Amino acid sequence: MSKTKYILGHFADPDEMMHGIDKLQENNIPVYDVFTPMPIHGIEDKLGVKRSRLPIAAFCFGATGTLTAFVMIYYMLVYDWPMNIGGKPAFAIPDFVPVMFELTVLFGAFGMVGTFFFKNHLFPGRAPRVMDLRATNDRFIIAIDAQEVKDAKKVDSLLKDAGAVEVLHNERKYVSYE
Amino acid sequence: MGTNHTTKHNFAQQFEFSGKVKTWSVLAVLLGAGAVAYGFYSGHAERTFANLLLMAYYFTCVCAAGAFFVALQYVAQAGWSAGLVRIPQAFAKVLPIASLVLIGIVAAGLYSHNLYHHWHADGLTDPNSPHYDPIIAGKAVYLNVPFFLTRLVVFLGIYSFFALALTKLSNREDLEGGLNSYKKSIGYSAVFLVIFGFTTPIWAFDTIMSLEAHWFSTMFGWYNFAAMWVSGLCAITLTVIFLKRSGYLTWINDSHLHDLGKFIFAFSIFWTYVWFAQFLLIYYANIPEETVYFYKRWEPEFKPWFWLNIVMNFVSPLLILMTRDAKRKESVLIFVSIFLLCGHWLDYYMMVMPGTVGAERGFGIIEVGTAIGFAGLFVFLMLTSLSKKPLVPVNHPFLEESLNHHI
Repeated sequence: MSKTKYILGHFADPDEMMHGIDKLQENNIPVYDVFTPMPIHGIEDKLGVKRSRLPIAAFCFGATGTLTAFVMIYYMLVYDWPMNIGGKPAFAIPDFVPVMFELTVLFGAFGMVGTFFFKNHLFPGRAPRVMDLRATNDRFIIAIDAQEVKDAKKVDSLLKDAGAVEVLHNERKYVSYE
Repeated sequence: MGTNHTTKHNFAQQFEFSGKVKTWSVLAVLLGAGAVAYGFYSGHAERTFANLLLMAYYFTCVCAAGAFFVALQYVAQAGWSAGLVRIPQAFAKVLPIASLVLIGIVAAGLYSHNLYHHWHADGLTDPNSPHYDPIIAGKAVYLNVPFFLTRLVVFLGIYSFFALALTKLSNREDLEGGLNSYKKSIGYSAVFLVIFGFTTPIWAFDTIMSLEAHWFSTMFGWYNFAAMWVSGLCAITLTVIFLKRSGYLTWINDSHLHDLGKFIFAFSIFWTYVWFAQFLLIYYANIPEETVYFYKRWEPEFKPWFWLNIVMNFVSPLLILMTRDAKRKESVLIFVSIFLLCGHWLDYYMMVMPGTVGAERGFGIIEVGTAIGFAGLFVFLMLTSLSKKPLVPVNHPFLEESLNHHI
């Protein structure tokens, strides 16, 4: 049994899977991660998943965009080549606002997508790392790190009792699409 | 998950309108009436009328925003709002009364020459008269008293009809159940939203923009719509939170508040977007007939309030409501809602006053008293209509979704 790296419990029903998480936690068996084909309400609280820090990244990217736009226009319109446009002063702040707004949105949007891809190891051309392919289709999967469990048989029976249709003992962490 | 929450809550409970709130709202109405009487007797007829117009318009806008909210939820087939939809419905039920108040004040101001005298005075459209105004004469086809009043009555009549029809369908749903009323509500809402979308700008052009009839801006209608929607959302949020605090609406959780907070946050930014779009185009083109509007508001008399308007209605909601936690906290939402309701009073003040009383504007008993009076009137009428029905549409098809709302 030592070769097993991860134990995967396949559930056909999300409620049974939630019940399975409860059973494991009651027995002090740490859940490594859970994979579901659709969002399950309340699962973050149950697993103690921390809130995403993506909004902080979004704020930083947005603020960078605002600042970039301001510096860019200031350099072009005030410092490098001041022009008389409609008799307005070179440093006319209302003119700056649309560009600053747009670059805030642009930086914020691209920055968030980039951060998300980076954190989730998703790049074009890279095979996504998944622990079980059926988690993207019709199965709700609880993964348990076998190294942290003393009695794998107990885990099996707990999962089966909770309604698992299948329990896998995987020797590799990921199966990929390749 | 999949649990039925119906047993936890008492859906038959009705709001009981009595005690302190009732006393205070009646007192506020009396105070308002006193302030208006004081305004007329102290020789400030024009200023009093400007304030009456401001508050009557604000009052009608908040009620119309309630009807708009209800219609929007039906058309979007939204589930989250099913548990709190009775509150905007109560707003919508007050709309006919608010419309009558607004029409009354507009007509009285028009015929007593206290309002709209910029385009409604003797000889303005007569080429032989010394008062002849070619710009007003050119607009007279549209901007004449019979057509003006007809538009106002027809628009507000249509809004009121749909507001009452939607609440009536919801009542029928309570009694009969089934999907019939719900499906009909979607149809009614879709028609209402199309009419509302096309006519609110005209309503704003007529009631507010025509105070300065030489000036025009096509953005003005959307600008007013944004102000209406934000203030309506703030009023809805406040009502929801205060009801929850007094032991009603036990099923409203922080996710519902989060959604309302997001609405307020987003539409405050939308308000700024439209406000700025109007400002930037006028500033950039620099055509005298357009800049006159901001020129007036840029004079020392109004300049501090011009800036305060932006700070209150844009900067503060942006900074206060930006985080997720802030949108989920009752105390923060109460503060922001009250602050924004005051902010949009200032917003309307900046629209109405420079074109009516100008340098003779003031901020005193008349302004504060009228505002308190109308707030009291709104609270009294809205809570009265709210107390007549159960606080939840028990047969709403998405009620269960709303009770389990979680984001």
